[in-house]
Amino acid sequence: MTFDEKYYNIGFIDQLSYKNTFVHRLDPRAKLIATLLFLFTVISFSKYEIAALLPFFLYPVLLMTIGEIPFMFIFKKVILVSPLAVFIGIFNPLLDPGQVSIFQGLTISAGWLSFFSILLKFTLTVSTALLLIATTSFPSVCHALRQLRVPSLFVSQLSFLYRYIFVLMEETMRIVRARNMRSYGQHGKDIRTFTRIVGILFIRTVERAERIYYAMLSRGFQGDMPSIKRFHIKTGDVIFAASVAIFLYIFRFYPATQILGRFVQGVFS
Amino acid sequence: MSHHIVEFKNVSFLYPDGTEALRDISFRITHGESVGIIGANGAGKSTLLMHMNGYLMPTSGTVNIGDLYLTRQTRQEIRRKVGIVFQNPDDQLFMPTVYEDVAFGPLNLGMDETAVRERVEYALNLVSGLDLQNKPPHHLSCGQKSSVAIASVIAVEPDILAMDEPAANLDPRSRRLLINLLKTFEHSKIIASHDLDLIMDVCRRCIVIKEGTVVADGPVSEILTNKKLLEENHLELPLSLQRC
Repeated sequence: MTFDEKYYNIGFIDQLSYKNTFVHRLDPRAKLIATLLFLFTVISFSKYEIAALLPFFLYPVLLMTIGEIPFMFIFKKVILVSPLAVFIGIFNPLLDPGQVSIFQGLTISAGWLSFFSILLKFTLTVSTALLLIATTSFPSVCHALRQLRVPSLFVSQLSFLYRYIFVLMEETMRIVRARNMRSYGQHGKDIRTFTRIVGILFIRTVERAERIYYAMLSRGFQGDMPSIKRFHIKTGDVIFAASVAIFLYIFRFYPATQILGRFVQGVFS
Repeated sequence: MSHHIVEFKNVSFLYPDGTEALRDISFRITHGESVGIIGANGAGKSTLLMHMNGYLMPTSGTVNIGDLYLTRQTRQEIRRKVGIVFQNPDDQLFMPTVYEDVAFGPLNLGMDETAVRERVEYALNLVSGLDLQNKPPHHLSCGQKSSVAIASVIAVEPDILAMDEPAANLDPRSRRLLINLLKTFEHSKIIASHDLDLIMDVCRRCIVIKEGTVVADGPVSEILTNKKLLEENHLELPLSLQRC
């Protein structure tokens, strides 16, 4: 993938977050809290758990459907970061050779079980986090964090990151283009050119930071980022957060798959 | 009223690396005047603007803004009086949405939220950018960015408006809109630019800077018709005067 494509790819997730669906309209605080609850619940399962994790896919799937987020987009992003999770779990089958039976007569090594459990947990958490960003505009996430009493310094760092990642990427894109235009198929890709580009980019960033700081000072900045209230929690938001919490609780402490399985068995017998 | 003046007296400024950017510069701009500052690249125009609200402090000489001498103590007060619009709107718009950006100045002045909302709406309306308020700056076009940048400064209601190359990167129509907008402001205006036609349209007086000093100061009609002076300063006659 070229740099340009990467750039437009980041732009795409940003565009998604400005859609107008039920999920997008929810209060960002409600979504943030629901996401955090979800993450902690998924992580809290024991390392051999698989069956109990499956019902949790309901949440990302619902968000994706109602929020009209393309499945392939999230899927590709999850695949992109998956090597991390794979490397964490890949040695489990070798290190944990104990046998566990899953059906009558069929046994599997405990290591494989924990490996799949890691993969499941990874897929659940990463896709949910991505969906939060894809359904909530970044400024709103920052706002929610601020209203949930996260320190101002930390939140303003995040919002500056969001504001300037696009500017910085455009700057890089221009430099990379200028390099490609004049490298005539040689690609100019040797390490010396690369280090110089990184150096130039760093210096430009420092200079820009100085100009931004100047702009902030000239509008009365004295060390504290002001913030405005923008959201008012509605009943819908409370219902959303509460029902997510209730479902998480049920799926965590009751064997939902077993109950469902017995129910289906009962219907067919 | 005499208190919206900008007065530079024998101001010199040395950058830490030894570059002498301003050399014994003196001028006085009175209330309600609109002044163009022109000169070659690197003549010291931007450095001059950075002195107007105390981002840079003169190495020697005094800067006097509306009866206040520029010192480290008076800087905050002076920043309220002088609004500076930068050349690159990306440097100016640093908040995640347009609304928050325009509200940044008024909130720093400690205004309450309803008053801030009024200010922001007033300022955005003035540059006809009210419908942009919830957009993030990176979704705006260059012309929209510079109007919002102007609104973010207007929202603080400064007495003096200083601008560095306001029309750089604008297409002709956005540039024309900007000129019309600038004409409606009754602030004292100080505009540093190479766009001499813009200066001719907006300003009455013109100061020419060369190597950090004032080489000419007079009415626009005299300075911008002086071909020899302009060419000595790497400039040309305004296009509108070249035709006839």
